[in-house]
Amino acid sequence: MNNRRIYLDYAATTPVDERVMQHMLPYFQDEFGNPSSIHRFGQIAEAVLEESRETVASIINCKNDEVIFTSCGSESDNLALRGVALASRKVRNANHILISPVEHHAVSHTAQQLSQIHGFELEFLHVDQYGCVDPDEVAQRIRPDTALVSIIYANNEIGSINHIKEIGSLCRELNIPLHTDAVQAASYLILDVEELQVDLLSIGAHKFYGPKGIGALYIRKGTPILPIQTGGGQEFGLRAGTHNIPYIAGLAKALELAQNDRADICEHLIPMRDHIIGQILEEVPNSFLTGHPHLRLPNHISFVFEAIDGNFLLRMLDIAGYACSSGSACKTGNPEPSEVLIACGIPPALALGSLRVTLGKYTTIADIDAFLSIFSGLIQKAREFSPNI
Amino acid sequence: MTESKRVVIAMSGGVDSSVAAALLLQEGYDVIGMMLRLWSDDGRASDNRCCTPESMALARRVAAKLSIPFYVIDAQDIFFHQVVTYFINGYAQGITPNPCLVCNQFIRWDFLFKHATVLGAQLFATGHYARVSPSGQYKFRLLRATDKAKDQSYVLHILSQSQLSQTLFPLGEYTKDQIRLLARQFNLPVADREESQDLCFLAGENYRHFLRRHSNQVVNPGPIISTSGQILGEHQGLAFYTIGQRRGLGFAYHSPLYVVKKDVSKNMLVVGTKNELGEDELEVGNINWISGETPSSEFLAQIKIRYRAPFILGKVCPTSRKTAHVKLNQPRADITPGQAAVFYQGEECLGGGIIQP
Repeated sequence: MNNRRIYLDYAATTPVDERVMQHMLPYFQDEFGNPSSIHRFGQIAEAVLEESRETVASIINCKNDEVIFTSCGSESDNLALRGVALASRKVRNANHILISPVEHHAVSHTAQQLSQIHGFELEFLHVDQYGCVDPDEVAQRIRPDTALVSIIYANNEIGSINHIKEIGSLCRELNIPLHTDAVQAASYLILDVEELQVDLLSIGAHKFYGPKGIGALYIRKGTPILPIQTGGGQEFGLRAGTHNIPYIAGLAKALELAQNDRADICEHLIPMRDHIIGQILEEVPNSFLTGHPHLRLPNHISFVFEAIDGNFLLRMLDIAGYACSSGSACKTGNPEPSEVLIACGIPPALALGSLRVTLGKYTTIADIDAFLSIFSGLIQKAREFSPNI
Repeated sequence: MTESKRVVIAMSGGVDSSVAAALLLQEGYDVIGMMLRLWSDDGRASDNRCCTPESMALARRVAAKLSIPFYVIDAQDIFFHQVVTYFINGYAQGITPNPCLVCNQFIRWDFLFKHATVLGAQLFATGHYARVSPSGQYKFRLLRATDKAKDQSYVLHILSQSQLSQTLFPLGEYTKDQIRLLARQFNLPVADREESQDLCFLAGENYRHFLRRHSNQVVNPGPIISTSGQILGEHQGLAFYTIGQRRGLGFAYHSPLYVVKKDVSKNMLVVGTKNELGEDELEVGNINWISGETPSSEFLAQIKIRYRAPFILGKVCPTSRKTAHVKLNQPRADITPGQAAVFYQGEECLGGGIIQP
């Protein structure tokens, strides 16, 4: 077995940065207090909590009390969608939810539940062949009774970046709350909520070299929202549950590092990304880039290949030592074509031949060269075998 | 550095295939685990005997414990078309098919085997109880397992020389008790599940209900007649009866009657007394000879006419390359067209084929 494993799935998750790890460690055993407690232990923990909140707030350019810590990006999406929909119905009888067809399931499945169980009217926007929303269409479809609009900042499967700034300014003008899932975008794109003019923004730490199991949601002051996890009064009454201080500190540190290193990392990744895209399109017949050719995440490469079973290819890559992903990645042997690729107009059979390669700050040029040296041969082998199976 | 040979082990999350994987690893092979996602009726996947979400999770845990790669392969379409369809059509034609044989032939030792080859495996292994011996007159012989009670060579008689040359049965020399013990010694997270002989895709459902839902041909009433030609009642479709069946015939008679024959061409179910039940001759078709060569003359063999039937002595007379006439030393009441007749001499499985109507 080839024991050298190269990780090319940074969009799935990232390793914890050593500096983040060190920053978290004191809060497991030495300073382990509960920030809700009166005593000194609690006071120290509360200081860490509020410092972390301030770090996040300063990076995304908002007030401290506009940042809510959650358990992950998905929980942030759930709180945004469910919390704002239910509150908007209560305060202004709004019953309409507008989302794109390329949302992460944390958004789309929450919206579907709001529609099926709570009777909200769910409307899907269109996307172009790159999976991008047209801001003008958002403006046309918004209604006075729209509870919220949710549009993904950068797509996890195809890397395309939406024109959130334009959409944000339109929504702001019409006074309708806009949520964006910035989970994939957080490492690489501007998170300034004043510039973006979003009302809610979700992030999850493990996508930017922080720990898994911690996320945050920006909620612009004045946005109607109800808690979806009730109990104690933590997080301004919006998210009950004892604070996970080491992870909150880890998220803040990781976001700070991501922000500081962003320009350098993008400079490191973009040439590698473009090199891979260029070489694969050139070397592999009947290969197609999915997502936008330029408006895409600096670390994100995604294709569909004709006459290829994506899961088949992933197994071959894994055994060869390369960890990648696909839109139909399926561990239970029941692959379905990705909804995102279908929304981009890709035929289902072709969509089953998808591949996602996502780079990260630890990816080296040697990794990429090694990957490219085996890739077209592997595709050829997969194509030779596929019809015989 | 010598590269160790790469082997794919077909895993199920059960104790047998899990220990088999551990044994291969211990012997120094480069091991990859694979599991088939087989077809289930909508909504019944969690009752499918072979690939419930629970058994998949278990197999995944075993693979993680052993630090081997593990992949689930989607075989739903091919399994439906090759195995389930064979099962349904067989019943519609009045035979009692054995879908496990077809599964081994077309799904495990073909479809999955090819998937293994793509990942660079030279060898393929399963947790079956059987042995392959590379000695003897011809290259690879299929032998009964050391644990005679667990021997599964019956369902493996379809293997060719080339398949056997690439196949490993790591459990062949062990008893089931030893395997359970090894599972504990390897500290494998396997549940010692109750073994079932039901077909996996029936997912606990009675096969008659399954057939009714999937085939409009099986419900096909016709007469029940005695061996002397007297009409005694009406059957619901030959698929719902088995040779030797006594109960559930739906009419009263002064002495016990048994299903002795299904006359498919006339759609008649023939019943008779216990004395009239049983035959000592059968025709076998579609034979696979393990050696790859059809014996040139008749020979004496121990014959199994069902997976769990005892060995019966008899004479096998090859009538063409893939057919044979079999004369048993004693009549048997449960000779069932569609099941396999498998020929043995001592430890060795020589091959077998399908009992013809």
